[in-house]
Amino acid sequence: MSYIYIKISCHVWYVVYRHKRKEYRLMDKTRTVKPPFPGLQTGLIRSADLFGYVGIESVLDQMRRKTVKAGFEFNIMVVGQSGLGKSTLVNTLFKSKVSRKSSTPNYEEKISKTVRLHAVSHVIEEKGVKMKLTVIDTPGFGDQINNQNCWEPIVKYVNEQYEKYLREELNVNRKRRIPDSRVHCCIYFLPASGHSLRPIDVEFMKRLGKIVNIVPVIAKADTLTVEERQEFKERIRQDLEANGIHVYPQRELDEDPEDRILNDRIRASIPFAVVGTDKEHQVNGHKVLGRKTKWGIIEVENVAHCEFANLRDLLIRSHLQDLKDVAHNVHYETYRVRRLNESNMNLSELVLSSWPLQNKMDKCETESHL
Amino acid sequence: LDGNTGDKEYVGFATLPNQVHRKSVKKGFDFTLMVAGESGLGKSTLVNSLFLTDLYKDRKLLNAEERITQTVEITKHTVDIEEKGVKLKLTIVDTPGFGDAIDNTECWKSVADYIDQQFEQYFRDESGLNRKNIQDNRVHCCLYFISPFGHGLRPLDVEFMKALHEKVNIVPVLAKADTLTPTEVQKKKIKIREEIEQYGIKIYQFPDCDSDEDEEFKQQDLELKESIPFAVIGSNTVVEAKGKRVRGRLYPWGIVEVENSAHCDFVKLRNMLVRTHMQDLKDVTRETHYENYRAQCIQSMTRMVVKERNRNKLTRESGTDFPIPMGPAVSESETEKLIREKDEEVQHFLHL
Repeated sequence: MSYIYIKISCHVWYVVYRHKRKEYRLMDKTRTVKPPFPGLQTGLIRSADLFGYVGIESVLDQMRRKTVKAGFEFNIMVVGQSGLGKSTLVNTLFKSKVSRKSSTPNYEEKISKTVRLHAVSHVIEEKGVKMKLTVIDTPGFGDQINNQNCWEPIVKYVNEQYEKYLREELNVNRKRRIPDSRVHCCIYFLPASGHSLRPIDVEFMKRLGKIVNIVPVIAKADTLTVEERQEFKERIRQDLEANGIHVYPQRELDEDPEDRILNDRIRASIPFAVVGTDKEHQVNGHKVLGRKTKWGIIEVENVAHCEFANLRDLLIRSHLQDLKDVAHNVHYETYRVRRLNESNMNLSELVLSSWPLQNKMDKCETESHL
Repeated sequence: LDGNTGDKEYVGFATLPNQVHRKSVKKGFDFTLMVAGESGLGKSTLVNSLFLTDLYKDRKLLNAEERITQTVEITKHTVDIEEKGVKLKLTIVDTPGFGDAIDNTECWKSVADYIDQQFEQYFRDESGLNRKNIQDNRVHCCLYFISPFGHGLRPLDVEFMKALHEKVNIVPVLAKADTLTPTEVQKKKIKIREEIEQYGIKIYQFPDCDSDEDEEFKQQDLELKESIPFAVIGSNTVVEAKGKRVRGRLYPWGIVEVENSAHCDFVKLRNMLVRTHMQDLKDVTRETHYENYRAQCIQSMTRMVVKERNRNKLTRESGTDFPIPMGPAVSESETEKLIREKDEEVQHFLHL
């Protein structure tokens, strides 16, 4: 039997042992003054403290190990006119060449006549944690003379992913891990005009804000001075409110006061004004990611210069899981409820309806179970 | 000018330029500049910087809701500038709302119509009886602002320039160039020049130097030609840089000086517009664009008259050859008179 010593505070240690490889049982709630030496068997230690505290702690550990082994999935969509630096920003965010620009061998910066969606997946690894990152690009958005309804292919794509997941979920014989291709986050690129939102921005964000997490960013923000940036952001926030557009993090979804405080601070500074680059330069003896111009070097990761670091922290370091949770618990559920009400069928009928299943075997098994 | 010897060979008309100069100074110059491009590209700021004025002081920026219902307007601001005794009546024609809507099909139509209207106005005035005080409102130059955020020309840019290149002198400008590094500026300029040629857009061409100009002038001229489109930065504010007060933009990473040619092409553009090529722009407008318009106008009027004449020939028994006053659908007598005058002129030409 192996013992694990878990330190709760400097005076409290709990001793646990593994029971039947499935759970940890608390040996005894005890308190000791001196921490035991590892490997040395001490006597039972007593305490008068809380009961099930340790169980939770160890479960975290187990969870961590399992999820690290399984890896994470994250699907991010980038939307904006051509030339706003979408591919560069995504590459800079994930510090690797994950965008369509870097992955397609014959990439040509030409404006396409229709809006097509293009998904590229990569598995990136950091400190043993693997993440399957899918970047969905939307070339052709907003580039034509007549951009009426250019958001429709995007709305269709998002809903299709929800539909795929729904089908999988409703399946009688479902996979252990449902492949998640739903869009967890959509970064919308606003050109740094300095004025306010354009009609196309309003229309897009109104429609997509209801079905996916939208994070608006001001692209190529090195053309705005600090005052201009503040005024622009203020006007954008007013425009968003006036049009009833809810961007991430949504106010209604704050769960507790702590969340609210944290998210309020984020909401006060969106949209983030970003600058992206993949080039490095020497500044004060360090190598920094930056853009070199005749009047200075714009350091991408310097918060005094632009808000790239804030965006990266939000998207990756603090709210990545939250983005996925909101996508699953709120947007997907909304879609699911709507779909199930719409169809007016019961669950099994829905499953049997003519959706081309992934492989024939599933289909046979489904039928045989009825 | 030695008055004594060589007096007999000296006729004296070498003073003509001075005479012209004196008269022009008294009369003053006028210049109409149009600025076109999407909102937020710094058009107003650039105009203010070019002419050191504050034409847009009381401008109110529209919010998103107001912009949804906006159509393309044409606005005119006129300002009189005087420098060293020379007066310039400067008119800036702006095109707010251009390219801002979701559906921008034919949003250049109102711009093209405006230019045609000015030509028509001038045509009427020129053909009129009292020609002493004709006001020249024709657009002499159109600065078209290309967004630095794209990969070259956008479909809207191409369509606009193609619709207008035979009506006005188009000078393409690369806006907000402080968002680009020097390499990016070069790449974009080359790409845009290639695309302009590829789509057959006829932008304003600088006149070639005479072969007897000095090298420095030729060099400047070459540089000017290779700077198209001009990468500009505008500023409404004065900042302090290296102890001097300059027009510029203050960023956390440095100060952009608008009038520093290492930073942008603002100085080149200003020199071209005001100091070296203003007269040429007006000449090309007068000699090429206006004449094209006039010829087209006359042609269509001639066709109209010939059609009328043929129609009347069929309806009337006495097929007279004289232009008969038009039937019930008579427009104002002025137009009628004008057409008759023009018809006589055309007849005159035909007989030549």
